[in-house]
Amino acid sequence: MLQTIAERLRQQYRTVPYPSAHPVLSERFMGRPHINAHTCTANAGCTACMEVCPTQALALQEGTLGLDMGRCTFCGKCAKACPQSALTFTKEYRLASSTRQGLWVFPSPEPADAPVPSQVQPFDHPMLPSLRRSCRLREVSAAGCNACEADCNVLGTIVFDLPRFGIDYVASPRHADGLLITGPLPRNMQLATQKCYTAVTPPKLVMAVGACAISGGLFSGLEAEGEGAPAHLTVNLFIPGCPPHPYTILDGMLRFLGKQVP
Amino acid sequence: MANHITLMNGTSVPVHSIPSLGIGEFSQWLTDELHNRARVCAFFAGPQENDSQNNRTSRMLYAVLARDAENSLAVAATPAPQAYPAFTPAMPALHLFERELYEETGIEPTGHPWLKPVRFPATPHGPAIGIADFFTVTGEDVHEVAVGPIHAGIIECGHFRFQCQGEVVMHLEISLGYHHRGIEKALQGGPTKRTLPFMETLAGDTTIGHSWAYSTIIEALAHLPVAPRGQALRAVALELERLANHTGDLGALAGDIGYLPTSAFCGRLRGDFLNITALLCGNRFGRNLVCPGGTAVAADAALCRTMVERLHLAAKDVEGAANLMWRTGSVLSRMMGIGTVPEKAARDLGLVGPAARASGLPCDARSTHPLPGMRGHDLHTHTLQAGDVFARATMRHKEIQESVAFITRMLQSLPEGEVYSHPTPGCSNTPPLAPHTLAVALVEGWRGEVCHVAMTGAQGNFARYKVMDPSFHNWIGLAMALRGQQISDFPLCNKSFNLSYCGHDL
Repeated sequence: MLQTIAERLRQQYRTVPYPSAHPVLSERFMGRPHINAHTCTANAGCTACMEVCPTQALALQEGTLGLDMGRCTFCGKCAKACPQSALTFTKEYRLASSTRQGLWVFPSPEPADAPVPSQVQPFDHPMLPSLRRSCRLREVSAAGCNACEADCNVLGTIVFDLPRFGIDYVASPRHADGLLITGPLPRNMQLATQKCYTAVTPPKLVMAVGACAISGGLFSGLEAEGEGAPAHLTVNLFIPGCPPHPYTILDGMLRFLGKQVP
Repeated sequence: MANHITLMNGTSVPVHSIPSLGIGEFSQWLTDELHNRARVCAFFAGPQENDSQNNRTSRMLYAVLARDAENSLAVAATPAPQAYPAFTPAMPALHLFERELYEETGIEPTGHPWLKPVRFPATPHGPAIGIADFFTVTGEDVHEVAVGPIHAGIIECGHFRFQCQGEVVMHLEISLGYHHRGIEKALQGGPTKRTLPFMETLAGDTTIGHSWAYSTIIEALAHLPVAPRGQALRAVALELERLANHTGDLGALAGDIGYLPTSAFCGRLRGDFLNITALLCGNRFGRNLVCPGGTAVAADAALCRTMVERLHLAAKDVEGAANLMWRTGSVLSRMMGIGTVPEKAARDLGLVGPAARASGLPCDARSTHPLPGMRGHDLHTHTLQAGDVFARATMRHKEIQESVAFITRMLQSLPEGEVYSHPTPGCSNTPPLAPHTLAVALVEGWRGEVCHVAMTGAQGNFARYKVMDPSFHNWIGLAMALRGQQISDFPLCNKSFNLSYCGHDL
């Protein structure tokens, strides 16, 4: 017992100061992509970034280049391939969106470090005041690779201490206000996920975490038919990444519940 | 003519040089090897060949065996028959390979005791997921407990059925396939720009293990030398992956016992190791780190120093957290004698990794099959005899200590030079691969041996790409560990193996 206390004192208090302070991220962290409108030549026929993208996250929309963070794995190959260095990855980790369209990044005349307004709207539902105090989520790994799962799990550790925000992962869908889905949701997971969704109590939130859950990501178009959660369920919150950084997930959840975030 | 061809880990041989044996001779060779000197790494059907003269298609069956004592691999082939007497009754280590073969090709191993679906892929006549002829036990006091596919925690999905008498589990059947994403099929015809990302997500907690194996395959097939500094950084990243997962599992074991101090400490420390990987490549799971020819990221002396400093801080806290557990009698009594896999069972079933080493098998590809340039860098292979949850837990702790020492050594003496040998850093385009060639790569991931086997076609693209995650070998070990145990021992046994569902289902 004394040894336990001594070790606890030695290992110190380790919960991060977030949300009262910004998180500390690795120097090489790849966050929100930025396309420089002044230098990008995609509208003049350059396709360098589109050619190297493994998930077809880059596409021309009415002559303008767009990057779909819902497909992006943040591998950075496009940035390396861009002959104009017009495409860069910033350290912005706040990437979540309430809408699928809000995950698109278009060329911007602003510098890369200019603030970008959040695409998350607080959940528009009469239950929001209750959910802000207590939001229970049932995580379903719909053929995720265990990276998104790990970064959802880590929020429950003493580092992030998710329950202090009133958010908890629960075992039974009957105890849950919503589903948190990771993985591309291929055919072999569709029935189980549907049954789980049916058992969830209202308001039946759905959060899609990671490129796979949002769009099928890398696995879109394969024989196993993993095209992501939106193909089967109405998604309320999209959290992009491969996997999203734990802070990206936490930021998205907190904004969705209308809580204070840095 | 010899009845097999030998090669070293990370090398390739022309397909035509692999001896083709009659099925009887092939069976005899397998039996002799597996009973005397070798383990099975892979057994699979090669690509379908069109025989235009006879207007039919044909294919070969290949077996890749590891002879650990000789540090070599042995390969032989046999023309695939429509059906053949199953190898499993004499060689149980092949049980899942033969099920997979039947599911993928329809080639029937007759007399296989357990010829059930493996992944439930999309086939016109195949059963829907979860529809299988489950093993049942009948009689007084017998009951069945079905768990999953969706489990209670944040974990991957799979279906478990326990046949119990009272609290005692007579048999656990594990039925997977829920995480089948169709990757192996998508790899055929490659490499493409998606191939390396597929490798990094085969099992997202083994990103380095699989991306290193794949890069080794490309290096062997393209005769691409690997940059020594890049190879050393890969080895560092592989051990960081091991540290994060072993630490997480020690914490999870403590959590399942209800011993919260170690559980809480290790939950944090796991992330500390992941963050060291992120220092190197920006991603906590080692994405975009390994590429054919070396690594896509460089590390200067200052970064290496920072990594070592942070490693030692975390390692010291892991020691504290683990030792608390080992000093607590109630924790030890919960682990000792639980979920025992005897050495003979582990050998017969072909278990790999820390689970095999905890049962007394000294198999560790880092020592017995070092990758090109890694000879002399091997780590001490620990083995234990008990084969129980406690042995698998203490094995993790010993390996944590070895990995910390190894990373420190490597980062303090990284070879000079570039981190990649490939002309295009980050390897956005793959060099041309030798046609009609077979390459094998073994990497000792944190769960055990990651094995990739590639066969190229006439144009040098992948005609067949086989991935064996260590989980493929070890799921049966978990089923065996549960025999005669209480059903309440399941979480502990499960965590002590912590196998991958997606790595199995592909």
